[in-house]
Amino acid sequence: MGLKSTLHNLKEKYKGTKMAPAFNAIHTFLYLPNETTHNGTHIKAADDLKRTMNTVIMAMVPCLIFGMFNAGYQHYAAFGTPVEFLSWDAFYIGLIKVLPLVIVSYGVGLAIEFLFAVIKKHEVEEGYLVTGMLVPLIVPVDTPLWMLAVAVAFGVVIGKEVFGGTGMNILNPALTIRAFLFFAYPTWMSGDKVWVHGAVERANKIAEGANLDAISGETILGGLAQGKDLGYSVADMFFGFIPGSVGETSTILILLGGLFLIFTKIGSWRIMLSSVMGALAMGLIFNGVVDAGWITESSKFYGLMSTVWWHHLIIGGFAFGTVFMATDPVTASQTNKGKWIYGFLIGFISILIRVFNPAYPEGVMLAILLMNVFAPTIDHYVVQGNVKKRMKRLKVKTA
Amino acid sequence: MSNDIKIKKGLDIKLKGAAEKATENAIISNTCTIRPEDFHGVTPKLIAKVGAKLKAGETIFYNKDVEDMKFVSPVSGEVVEVNRGERRRIMSIKIQADKDQQYQDKGKFGLDSADGNAVKEHLLASGCWPFIKQRPYDVIANPSKSPKAIFISGYASAPLAADLDYVLQGKETELQAAITALGKMTEGQIHVSVGKNANSPLAGLNGITLHTVSGPHPSGNVGTLINRVDPINKGEVVWTVNAQDLVIIGELLLTGKFNAERIVALVGSSVKKPRYFKTKIGSEVATMVYDNGVDKDSNDRIISGNVLTGKQVKPDGALDYYNNTITVIPEGDDYEFFGWNKPVFNKISTSRALTFSWLTPNKKYELDTNTNGEHRAFVLTGNYEEVFPLDIYPLQILKACMYNDLDEMEALGMYEVAPEDFALTEFICVSKQPHQDIIRKGLDVMIKEIG
Repeated sequence: MGLKSTLHNLKEKYKGTKMAPAFNAIHTFLYLPNETTHNGTHIKAADDLKRTMNTVIMAMVPCLIFGMFNAGYQHYAAFGTPVEFLSWDAFYIGLIKVLPLVIVSYGVGLAIEFLFAVIKKHEVEEGYLVTGMLVPLIVPVDTPLWMLAVAVAFGVVIGKEVFGGTGMNILNPALTIRAFLFFAYPTWMSGDKVWVHGAVERANKIAEGANLDAISGETILGGLAQGKDLGYSVADMFFGFIPGSVGETSTILILLGGLFLIFTKIGSWRIMLSSVMGALAMGLIFNGVVDAGWITESSKFYGLMSTVWWHHLIIGGFAFGTVFMATDPVTASQTNKGKWIYGFLIGFISILIRVFNPAYPEGVMLAILLMNVFAPTIDHYVVQGNVKKRMKRLKVKTA
Repeated sequence: MSNDIKIKKGLDIKLKGAAEKATENAIISNTCTIRPEDFHGVTPKLIAKVGAKLKAGETIFYNKDVEDMKFVSPVSGEVVEVNRGERRRIMSIKIQADKDQQYQDKGKFGLDSADGNAVKEHLLASGCWPFIKQRPYDVIANPSKSPKAIFISGYASAPLAADLDYVLQGKETELQAAITALGKMTEGQIHVSVGKNANSPLAGLNGITLHTVSGPHPSGNVGTLINRVDPINKGEVVWTVNAQDLVIIGELLLTGKFNAERIVALVGSSVKKPRYFKTKIGSEVATMVYDNGVDKDSNDRIISGNVLTGKQVKPDGALDYYNNTITVIPEGDDYEFFGWNKPVFNKISTSRALTFSWLTPNKKYELDTNTNGEHRAFVLTGNYEEVFPLDIYPLQILKACMYNDLDEMEALGMYEVAPEDFALTEFICVSKQPHQDIIRKGLDVMIKEIG
């Protein structure tokens, strides 16, 4: 009781002052506010935006924890001293490498959110709670923290705040941050070292003349793009014991997260399902092209094109992007029909870019960003269908 | 013509405190309050000044824009108070009721020989016209326009709403008279909906097209019926009348008496003995609420109407002109520790985000007035569609109203909707947006700009 009434009195004290949004953000984090309905419905359903965002975060937590273990596991495996996956050694690397990414992502992002809320005198909105969690999961483990901080600042300000904050943005903020990293620091982000902790450092030492073995930090997609088979089994890919961005590797945990989101009715099953269908369709087309003999082994696209069609679902960031980022309700299509088209095109274009992009063999980021831009257009045509029906009704009547 | 209407999209909000089927006479209210704001968009021109003595059925004020449209007193008594708000707008008119009620005799109406215009004039002059509303715009019907059809819902699906089968019992003659009269004013049909398994007095009337509806709320909303049967196009007008108000219209036609008597359900989880009362329009809610288990200084909200569309009234407030339900539920002005992330068992939700109402679909809930979260921009999509049965895009039309794009509002179906159609989407809205308010303001802009 003590805390509750103290906070209530403080809220009254700060009311109308500049700091009110900042205080309220913390207050409403602790307590569901005492607001009551005024006009309109006198009762309201239990869900609010905080609960919704929290559900998405819960769906991502397994990926984060797995990512921490995997960071260490991949590190030791690459250095020739493999450790058990579920070992303290593996987790320790994750703790010192992944946790700082989470802290920087939330710290910088929330600071900017608070700043904008205070300046623009609106409440701190919850959108960043999910973005802040997505960001560390979609970057390579060796991303320097300062780069991440710069990218987060860019993404939150340009990707979201300039449009008016949560609910108003056109592009997915987490992907805007990821794209900024990719385009601003291409040498870092697209190399074959950054995916495994320590590989970059080792490469630098070798360059300085140290007599050490080079470490490969390559992802499966990176390997395939160069026509190499890195020799991971399907089970490795499905369970996630492969190098990659922190949270994107374990398809099974992403699948579970996706099922949880569908079950809780927070994530759109239409987008997830149609996106998978789009990816499989594109995968089949490429397989067909290879089978027809139009592409030979000498082609630089052969490696990725000949990848078994459904393997595309379990390598790279496709699964993560489909489940957690294509479904962002603000930037996705907003009509149910539109969601089918939007999702399908994301899957389709993801694999297309994945195969043909020479610089960076992952397409899901660019595919989602592209479809974010087209989502309003898709919605426009879907809604026009309803409008036309109405016009037709009118014409029949007046004719 | 298909007369069986099945609604799939919707939500039945099951609350504690449904009225037991027993009717009492409410204590006769000392005062009767008429609030012009019940009649949306009407500018009242007051006739009965303070001190005027009125019989029941005598004119208090008329509509400044349509001078023939009279608004009459539900009781006989003396006007004791006219409350004015900003710019001398009339907020309420209070009438001290006589012990011995006197009715103005408006004369029996010769229904058989009368034509539509005669009926219209009679209803306008006698104060029964305000019971007829129109769409588009959800306002009192414009008497100069003839409706393409008239819609009446005889099925109440809103949470804790008064059971229309029960309150209309034995009123067949009045209902028939009202229907006959309404029928003379339209070229089209009178569409009446009743519940699928109901035993409604409306079902046996002549001159109607009967529809049986089933499914969750808003299956009983008249807007749902219109959308399914004969949606409104640009330039068309339909009328709607509350089933219970047909009784008042019918009685006036048959006896010449404006009898504002109405059977009202007193419901809600704060009421100890929820049941029905016979009372009059404008009666103080205190005459019913406090003798039935609501504590005088308790922290409750009294609503004239149901929990979705009703109006909040003060303890000394009155039953409004159109509603037949008084709901009393607890206020929710308290904080809840970590209320946004802990599992919720005692509130209703359409999601399963650690909310467990999906496990117990038949449980009756005791909801309070807490908003369960703060007002935010629209974020989620696709959830409104689950509870919105009309062939309209709810999110898109709400946004069109917010940025006042008249062309888009028109194209998306604004002529077809009323604020009450958006009550459920407002209830489930994660961003806690005031949907009904947004729609009402949108409709008002359209009246002003398009007319």
